[in-house]
Amino acid sequence: MLIGPAVLFIVLLVGVPLGLAVYLSLTNATAGSLTGHWVGFHNFVDVWNTPNFRTALKNTIVFTLASQALVVVGAAILAHALLRPFRGRWFLRFLIVLPWAAPVALSTIGFLWIFDSQFSVLNWTLVHDLLPGGGHFYLYKPVNWLLGGIDHLPFVHAGKVDPLNPPQWLGQETLAKLSIILVQAWRILPFATVIFLAGLSSIPAEVEDAARMDGATGLRKFWHVTLPLQLPIAVVALLFGIVFTATDMTVVYVLTNGGPFNSTQVLTTWAYQTGIVSSSLGEGAAVSLYLLPVLAVIAILMLRFARKVEVS
Amino acid sequence: MTWSAIRSHGLSYLIVGPFAIVLAFPFYWMVTTALKTNGDLYNLANVPFKFTTTKGDPEGHSPTLRHISFIFHQTHYVRWLENTVFVGALVVVITLVLALPAGYALARLSGRLGQSVGVGIFLTYLVPPTLLFLPLSRVISKLGLEDRLWSLVLVYPSFTVPFSVWLLMGFFRTIPLELEDAAMMDGCSRLTALWRVIFPISLPGILTVVIFTFSLCVNDFVYAISFISTSSNRTLSVGVPTDLIRGDVFFWQSLMAATLIPSILLALLYNSFLNRFIEGFTGGAFR
Repeated sequence: MLIGPAVLFIVLLVGVPLGLAVYLSLTNATAGSLTGHWVGFHNFVDVWNTPNFRTALKNTIVFTLASQALVVVGAAILAHALLRPFRGRWFLRFLIVLPWAAPVALSTIGFLWIFDSQFSVLNWTLVHDLLPGGGHFYLYKPVNWLLGGIDHLPFVHAGKVDPLNPPQWLGQETLAKLSIILVQAWRILPFATVIFLAGLSSIPAEVEDAARMDGATGLRKFWHVTLPLQLPIAVVALLFGIVFTATDMTVVYVLTNGGPFNSTQVLTTWAYQTGIVSSSLGEGAAVSLYLLPVLAVIAILMLRFARKVEVS
Repeated sequence: MTWSAIRSHGLSYLIVGPFAIVLAFPFYWMVTTALKTNGDLYNLANVPFKFTTTKGDPEGHSPTLRHISFIFHQTHYVRWLENTVFVGALVVVITLVLALPAGYALARLSGRLGQSVGVGIFLTYLVPPTLLFLPLSRVISKLGLEDRLWSLVLVYPSFTVPFSVWLLMGFFRTIPLELEDAAMMDGCSRLTALWRVIFPISLPGILTVVIFTFSLCVNDFVYAISFISTSSNRTLSVGVPTDLIRGDVFFWQSLMAATLIPSILLALLYNSFLNRFIEGFTGGAFR
């Protein structure tokens, strides 16, 4: 009885629209009408055959996996360092949660300015003499040296920073993709760190003590004791991160709006483009429904791990 | 601080420091940008990390507060703040009314049913707004709520309720059952026990839910941009990017100031309630 209202509300506002989304995707409905002629799986096939959709699908996967890889590594290191109290921790933690607390749409505008084509602070730092009094230290030189090293790896064409023609972060395809990945990693990292921290602090002190008694230290302790105990909750954080990134529309919409030339479209922005801007409601719904199988897999994985945590 | 303390904490600073710098840099950059005059900001000869005043700059001295005062006096910024708070507050109330009883009941329901309903509610949180906004925008127009804040009040609980139920379930599980048994022995009904005993002790947890519900509302972009079309009806997340960017003209200083104000306020709240949040989050379905 106590659960009733909440369940009813959720069914009405999530279940019904979800059903409606499926229905729309099977019709040729356009903006202004809620109904259309039944077209079966026509939309799904049509949508699948457009090059922009393929790009969007590929980008969604690449952006999500790349940014979450960065997040997991960063959060693991950061959470370990934040575990023990030290002076100034409150303030440093405040700085670290800032990206998470800031409304995404607004903080992404901050990046729009950082990546600006003319006044980018990144480019300024890269190509100007950073030592006062003409010390001749240019950051782009070591960066180019590093890029030259990367260029020897297979499949990589890194290019160089040209000080007279600095990088157009959002105007060039590869850099635009890189920028989106970095912004996504930047905004999810605080959240993942907090969840990792929760996992670490939930390891009982007795376990730590027992490990120390058995002579486990450093990496060995981490590998045999901390990692297995922390893994389930780390996976939960990762799955959340994947959901947040794959379903996000704001970052790409504000940063590149899918450009240059639709090369950075993701499923969500492409659905918005097709469904709202081009008014093909049915096709737009079909595009966004391609997200559903991914989410279903994640849901199943989450349940698995939830159960595992319970057992341990 | 003694030397040994510095040494033992050194590693923490060495690791946390660079991360903090990278994560907070955009905000430092927003502050710097927000205070510059146009003449200073758009002069490529100036060092961007410093304030440089040029003689004859029509805006006078740099740093200046004029671009910050611009958003308060020349735009709907205050209106957007009000709208955001209005929507956020109503959604918080609706969320609490729905989620408090549900969270409590799910925490006390033992066995498979409680477990699966709890997980089921949480899973709906995974269905993203980006999937629902197309059909919902049709529903909103059928209801005649187009371009009205009430459309957001109606729709936001669809993601705040699942999240809050889950957090609250975690908090309520940490409260021993004996407590309400004792209250009921003293002649309270279950509901009065809930109201008089359980809710007051869970206040920190409930406050956490209030904060996160509110910030989820502030964060929404997808619904707000699809449902609302009049400038004065917008919320912060949509009003700032759509109104302070006119075609190719970006009011950068004002944009940065408009971002900073809500971000810093929310971050202060987050940081204060972080430990509580961790407790509820990990206590939810994972304990």
